[in-house]
Amino acid sequence: MLQDKDRIFTNLYGFESPLLDAARARGDWDGTRGILEKGPEWIVDEAKKSELRGRGGAGFPSGLKWSFMPKQRPEGQPAFLVVNADESEPGTCKDREIMRHDPHKLVEGCLIVGFAMRATAAYIYIRGEFYAEAVALQRAIDEAYDAGLIGRNAAGSGYDFDVYLHRGAGAYICGEETALLESLEGKKGQPRLKPPFPAAAGLYGCPTTVTNVETVAVAPTIMRRGAEWFASLGRPKNTGTKIFCISGHVNKPCNVEEEMGIPLRELIDRHAGGVRGGWDNLLAVIPGGSSVPCIPKPTCEEVLMDFDSLREVKSGLGTAAVIVMDKSTDIVRAIWRLSKFYKHESCGQCTPCREGTGWMMRMMGRMIEGRATIAEIDMLLEVTTQVEGHTICALGDAAAWPIQGLIRHFRPEMERRIHGYRGSSAVAAD
Amino acid sequence: MVDTVKLTIDGREIEVDKRLTLLQACELAGAEVPRFCFHDRLSIAGNCRMCLVEVEKAPKPVASCAQPIADGMVVHTRGPVAAKAQKGAMEFLLINHPLDCPICDQGGECDLQDQAMGYGKGISRYDEMKRSVQEKDFGPLIKTFMTRCIHCTRCVRFMEEIAGVPELGMTGRGEDSEITTYVERGIDSEMSGNIIDLCPVGALTSKPYAFIARPWELRKTESVDVMDAVGSNIRIDARGREVLRVLPRLHEDVNEEWIADKTRFAVDGLIRRRLDTPWIKQDGKLAKASWQDAIGAVAARLQDRDGDRIAAIAGDLVDCETLYAAKMLMANLGSPHLDCRQDGMAIDPAVRASWLFNTTIAGIEEADACLLIGCDPRHEAALVNTRLRKRWRRGGFKVASIGPALDLTFPVTNLGAGPESLPHLAQGQGGFAEILQAAQRPMVIVGAGALSRIDGAAVLAAARAIADRFGAVADGWNGFNVLHTAASRVGALDLGFVPGPGGRNTSGILDGARSGAIDTVILLGADEIDMAALKGAFVIYIGHHGDAGAAAADIILPAAAYTEKDATYVNLEGRPQHASRAVFPPGEAREDWAILRALSGLLGQPLPFDSHGELREAMQKAVPHLAAFDEIMPASWEDFGVAGAMADTAFASPVADYYRTCAISRASVTMERCSAAFAMPPAATGTEG
Repeated sequence: MLQDKDRIFTNLYGFESPLLDAARARGDWDGTRGILEKGPEWIVDEAKKSELRGRGGAGFPSGLKWSFMPKQRPEGQPAFLVVNADESEPGTCKDREIMRHDPHKLVEGCLIVGFAMRATAAYIYIRGEFYAEAVALQRAIDEAYDAGLIGRNAAGSGYDFDVYLHRGAGAYICGEETALLESLEGKKGQPRLKPPFPAAAGLYGCPTTVTNVETVAVAPTIMRRGAEWFASLGRPKNTGTKIFCISGHVNKPCNVEEEMGIPLRELIDRHAGGVRGGWDNLLAVIPGGSSVPCIPKPTCEEVLMDFDSLREVKSGLGTAAVIVMDKSTDIVRAIWRLSKFYKHESCGQCTPCREGTGWMMRMMGRMIEGRATIAEIDMLLEVTTQVEGHTICALGDAAAWPIQGLIRHFRPEMERRIHGYRGSSAVAAD
Repeated sequence: MVDTVKLTIDGREIEVDKRLTLLQACELAGAEVPRFCFHDRLSIAGNCRMCLVEVEKAPKPVASCAQPIADGMVVHTRGPVAAKAQKGAMEFLLINHPLDCPICDQGGECDLQDQAMGYGKGISRYDEMKRSVQEKDFGPLIKTFMTRCIHCTRCVRFMEEIAGVPELGMTGRGEDSEITTYVERGIDSEMSGNIIDLCPVGALTSKPYAFIARPWELRKTESVDVMDAVGSNIRIDARGREVLRVLPRLHEDVNEEWIADKTRFAVDGLIRRRLDTPWIKQDGKLAKASWQDAIGAVAARLQDRDGDRIAAIAGDLVDCETLYAAKMLMANLGSPHLDCRQDGMAIDPAVRASWLFNTTIAGIEEADACLLIGCDPRHEAALVNTRLRKRWRRGGFKVASIGPALDLTFPVTNLGAGPESLPHLAQGQGGFAEILQAAQRPMVIVGAGALSRIDGAAVLAAARAIADRFGAVADGWNGFNVLHTAASRVGALDLGFVPGPGGRNTSGILDGARSGAIDTVILLGADEIDMAALKGAFVIYIGHHGDAGAAAADIILPAAAYTEKDATYVNLEGRPQHASRAVFPPGEAREDWAILRALSGLLGQPLPFDSHGELREAMQKAVPHLAAFDEIMPASWEDFGVAGAMADTAFASPVADYYRTCAISRASVTMERCSAAFAMPPAATGTEG
């Protein structure tokens, strides 16, 4: 259980003002100049030591990622930090709260992280639907400019650093880092081929690192309180605190900042008021946003909420959006709904995803009522593996995994429906 | 010295240039990798996922078309991982493909068919409803069947990158994405037909050729095109006596693997308005006649006539052998009045460098600045423009134009409308002079429109002065170019089909015909001159189409079009190329040389050859470089042009309507449709503002 003194997002619920004065009172922008004076290497090193991993879903070590940015650049070539605020993963609403209530953590993070990777500017790509959040964030950026915290000679450090806010138009795929860059450049949001990776050729062909809002927003506190403090929370390689978004069939859905590696059951019981109808009414949990496979109740009893523990049970921490489903849930229909979402959001660029998401959705649609054969369950599984790992970006994987999770844990339920449907149609035929 | 890397592909170690992609390396190693979206002249999209291969240590299969290679890579193109990926991609491509091969024009030459045989599963597991997509209107040339589209985006990339007319794109998302023109109208590009070849499936097919033939029914003949002076290499597909379509043939130095739309689509003109029997004018009306009567009448007219009263003008589609035979015939008749320049182009017939595209088409890629004088390469020689665009896309290539405002698909600075800008530039005035000055390999391209004027010789001299001033001609580099529009022109000039001593040129011949000094005119497929001037003269027309020349003729001798004879054509670079007979001339029509040979026999002075082979041998003996097929004999740089006063009228392009420039294209219904769709001013809609 995270103690209040170790909390990073102290205004997550918006009980206090999001404005600069209040943010300063909470400790933001405190000694920023001193942090910058320690130099980019020191910041990257601290991030590495803190074992901070990206909060956007993939969990890539942040310090390592920042270190990929070139230390020397040709004269006149800019480099960019792009903050991915296109939070669209179903079930996820953590970045939204940060931008609404604690935007200065993000703005300060932009400066520190951008400085660490020798970027000349930060672009925050915010989801189009986040209107109020964009207003709040822009207000914070304006305040920071007015206070001399960013812009020329940012925070008195002698470093020039601009922060721009860009509103997207509401496509899920634009949360994929290279599609985001395309969209930011004014093109159709379609993922790029990698390599080249953004750190070599990103926004407008310049070195770029795309990183999640939460990752950037926690950076200033890590730098202030030290890597050891951050690393002391959680488990090795899965350190620090994390905002969990708990939704679904719980008594009190909420966002909560907790220590990494908190047991899932404790997280639900302590912060979300428990599963609706009691723990025994639990059917399954999708622990990391819609893209990761669900885990059934027996697994939920024991599993810890961090990257490696969830990977061991063949799921993932993803964005740490915990979607709780009780026994009233039509699990097949629920996963079909996710398939429909991915079919709708596939950009259509590459074949397996464009064609496969529709196919999977249609087969899932038949599985709801059982209008299929047992062999088709295996075929569906095979189709998911034909999509997974064969696409340009990870959307194909994200479309495949929920179905794989379903078949892995709920195959008997699917078979029951198929038998049931056959039985009923046999009766009808008689 | 290029850097190389060593990698192992399917157990075979190979050392290749490290700039290659993995797919190219696999090809070099002899491993065939299937692909749809990859095309070596287009940017890499990597979206079909057909070329996935297994690379050891990589977590998942990689798209080989986009993968840079690295030392020590171990690649399996046929292992279980790659095979699963390829089979999977193939299955996905097919689930929403209609599989209507029996009624698809691509059948028999379809990448999807071929690769489904090689890499597919052979059965379909897809039981859901298939997608269908609304047809699009791509104009009169391209038929769409978008349900068949596999979204490889080759067409989109071609239009954007090569053609420079970004009118195609993918709209919509996921399964609902469609290739479409953003606005509902045809693709307005003279290169659009190439997307038919690029389309790996039957989504884009040729509209005029729709449901006409299957590829295995066609007789394929390799030849060259005569619709412009580029000499694009083509393959003529014919069935029976009819040419059904023309496709490009690879020639890196000329047309790469593209052809222009006129080349591809004007072939339906070959069966319309054809002269298939001799005609003799009787009582002011043309009447069908036998060869014997017609050629006898011609001989009677020419026999014993003073050579000074006879003249000959060659048209734009005439081959070298015909010109050579005609020139000999005129010598026998004692006439010095012959010309191949229907438009009166004022080049110097003595200096070959004054009429060649000396830089060569491939040489454009080495230029670093270009000045266009009175020419519109996009419509006069579309593939020259494509090469200019290719060079421009690489960067560091500035283009300026003196003449009409142009849309060449790349930025062109306009320096003025007419000749008055030439002397300024020659004196080094203006911003573009500095660019030319700084350029290592500047180019000057002079158009037919600039030289076919009364002051053409002075324009030529002024253009030359500019070339000289900015060092466009230096060791190993000749940046002076004339852009011809007529396929016959360079060959005719090489053969000296120009006025002899004391002879009249085209305008002189026309004047002579008006005044009566010339009373017999032989037109070798010449249709682009002022026929009214020939009213008083006896006109003998030897050609293949019932166009302006035939209408003015007193006797018509029907001849063969370019697809109906073995012939030599010299393109604007001075490159002799061989055209082959794909079909026989229609009806009574005969090959041009045979007509001239028969005529010479009747005149009692038979030309010294009895077969096409002997004629060609004699011609090559007279002009040896015509024997070196596909080789360009560089022309030496000598004095030409006559400096003088220039009129202040603006330059105009000789190509007013790209789709209708010669007797064949004017006879083509397809070209007529294109002309109506693209070349004519759009109908007023009331919303122009």
